Amino acid sequence: MHIVVCIKQVPDSAQIRVHPVTNTIMRQGVPTIINPYDLFALEEALRLRDAMGGEVTVLTMGPPTAADSLRKALAFGADRAVLLTDRYFAGSDTLATSYALSMALTKIASEFGKPEIIFTGKQTIDGDTAQVGPGIAKRLDYNQLTYISRIVETDVAKGEITVERRAEGGIQLLKTKMPALITMLEATNEMRRGAIETALKAARAEVVTWNAEAVGIEDLTKCGLRGSPTIVKRVFAPEARSEKAQLVEVDGDAGAKAEALIAEIFGRAPAVEDDMREFAATHH
Amino acid sequence: MTDKPKAAPPAAGGRANTKKELPEHFKAYKHVWVAVEIEHGQVHSVSFELLGEGRKLADKRGVELAAVLTGDDRATLDAAAAQAFEYGADVAYIVCHPTLAHYRNEVATTVMTDLVNTYKPEILLLGATNLGRDLAGSVATTLKTGLTADSTALEIDDDGSLAATRPTFGGSLLCTIFTLNFRPQMATVRPRVMAMPEAEPGRTGRIIEHPLELNEDDIVTKVLKFIADSESDTAQLPYADIVVAGGLGLQSEENFQLVKELAAVIGAEYGGSRPLVQKGWITADRQIGQTGKTIRPKLYIAAGISGAIQHRVGVEGADLVVAINTDPNAPIFEFAHLGIVADAVTLLPALTEAFSKRLRVNRLAG
Ligand SMILES: Cc1cc2nc3c(=O)[nH]c(=O)nc-3n(C[C@H](O)[C@H](O)[C@H](O)COP(=O)(O)OP(=O)(O)OC[C@H]3O[C@@H](n4cnc5c(N)ncnc54)[C@H](O)[C@@H]3O)c2cc1C
Repeated sequence: MHIVVCIKQVPDSAQIRVHPVTNTIMRQGVPTIINPYDLFALEEALRLRDAMGGEVTVLTMGPPTAADSLRKALAFGADRAVLLTDRYFAGSDTLATSYALSMALTKIASEFGKPEIIFTGKQTIDGDTAQVGPGIAKRLDYNQLTYISRIVETDVAKGEITVERRAEGGIQLLKTKMPALITMLEATNEMRRGAIETALKAARAEVVTWNAEAVGIEDLTKCGLRGSPTIVKRVFAPEARSEKAQLVEVDGDAGAKAEALIAEIFGRAPAVEDDMREFAATHH
Repeated sequence: MTDKPKAAPPAAGGRANTKKELPEHFKAYKHVWVAVEIEHGQVHSVSFELLGEGRKLADKRGVELAAVLTGDDRATLDAAAAQAFEYGADVAYIVCHPTLAHYRNEVATTVMTDLVNTYKPEILLLGATNLGRDLAGSVATTLKTGLTADSTALEIDDDGSLAATRPTFGGSLLCTIFTLNFRPQMATVRPRVMAMPEAEPGRTGRIIEHPLELNEDDIVTKVLKFIADSESDTAQLPYADIVVAGGLGLQSEENFQLVKELAAVIGAEYGGSRPLVQKGWITADRQIGQTGKTIRPKLYIAAGISGAIQHRVGVEGADLVVAINTDPNAPIFEFAHLGIVADAVTLLPALTEAFSKRLRVNRLAG
């Protein structure tokens, strides 16, 4: 079975700091990581391969430095890495991104075998849209399985897959045909530690690198900013409320502070006091 | 192929699409639509919130507001349509078909794209639920149009375009996104981001039935079973009247217990900032903010939370925001109503004690 995992290299948001004066983000020196949601997808793909045989290809679109994330994925145990990189892709929104990735996936299919399953993470931590996975599924006509919490069964002979999907108010048990695109829910598995030998091999492995032309994109107006129906017109800081928070200032110990704060809260929100009293009367 | 001249790459911040030149065939697109989500016979409240917002957009554009309702039970759909009218819809498009008993991407996408291509709305809003996001991504790709996820404000710009605002990555910034030259302009909005509108009892509208020619045999994906969550598994943060939350300022998982203890005494739900989920102190369904839950409580107490924009957008609907932070310059004081510069680790237990004393006294007195 051939499985492709689409990953994205993102800035490590845990290490992003906001400039206290200008309110802008300080990106300098912020390390990049594999989008954390994608690791659940990668681990699930590796497990499937280990159980059923086959190969896992990781694919990313990004700047040349995104090869770092691909090497990490190889070190975890992926078999092949493909980097799609071209300045024409700069400024892509989700529609343009899913176009470029679907072209690369088509090329992967013809060079390395058609993937039965394409995995992506649930969403990225930088864009947060959760739109690229469905976009790829639609463009390649793969059956779309989003927010998957468990792969129950894959039957390669019949070409069927059964999964649990997180839906509103419950779990759907779904059965569909492969090829399928799965977006994996977080916290559904734990990323393995790559073996030392794998890591050594990964360091030497070649990352297959393609540009727009290599994946057969002839119409560059479908790429990057020009291929993006959405445009960002304004970026701005949120308005501060007209008055800042009223600060409760009291001398004394924590008890005195607590009393003063509660008096202010109840003064401003008498309904809340009623709610609390009712709650206390029924729950203590 | 290699000798084919290439167009120059767009300059950074290229303006290729920034001018509005709506192609002729899109000019017929009119009206604002809300995809109504029905689960187990009930309309999801996010759909009412969207109808309230959609009403304002439709009025501003001088067009109609329509609700799109799909399912397999006509009585349920009619009841949902009646509710949609009371919340502001002028029209309800109903597609009733056995294949629509459960949500499935395939058939839902077919239905929605067919409706759009037939009746041509200029704006299509969906809830940013798992269902709405699953559907919106497929529909936008099929129609090759723009989609803004998790919008926190929707407005009509001077030239009549939809302006969808959402937080932008990393900093304390918001960005406004437009789909100038494609239709429909699509956006998703998370539950509780928009206020629940007032229903207008007795308000009615027109029903337009749309057929679906499809057999169950034509659909590849089957729903084998639906396992409903038990009420107790899920935190009810979005609908709680009082919420207490903690952030990294609490420093340890043990200290986070202080948040739970206070919540237990005052009848609140508890939650936290995103880093606490990453640390495993709280589960993901208790994360408050852009990528967690949006809340609209009467009282929100935030202890040791700095107030980053991604957190702020999740609590903007709270009536009273109370911040506890050691740093008088913490951004949370910019949008909190009440604040106290104090160590949360000592203040939280003091609050728990003082609240419980007051509530006990009141109870004896009453
Ligand atoms: C795409 C994206 C989406 C995001 N989504 C969310 C989201 O949904 N929700 C969310 O919360 N965040 C989200 N974030 C993260 C967000 O940007 C912030 O990093 C996060 O909210 C900070 O959490 P915090 O306030 O707990 O920690 P910090 O920013 O580290 O703040 C800790 C605060 O505690 C104060 N403090 C320290 N000691 C004490 C003490 N003893 N007593 C009282 N106060 C003390 C400090 O002064 C400081 O203000 C997102 C980020 C990105 C990039």
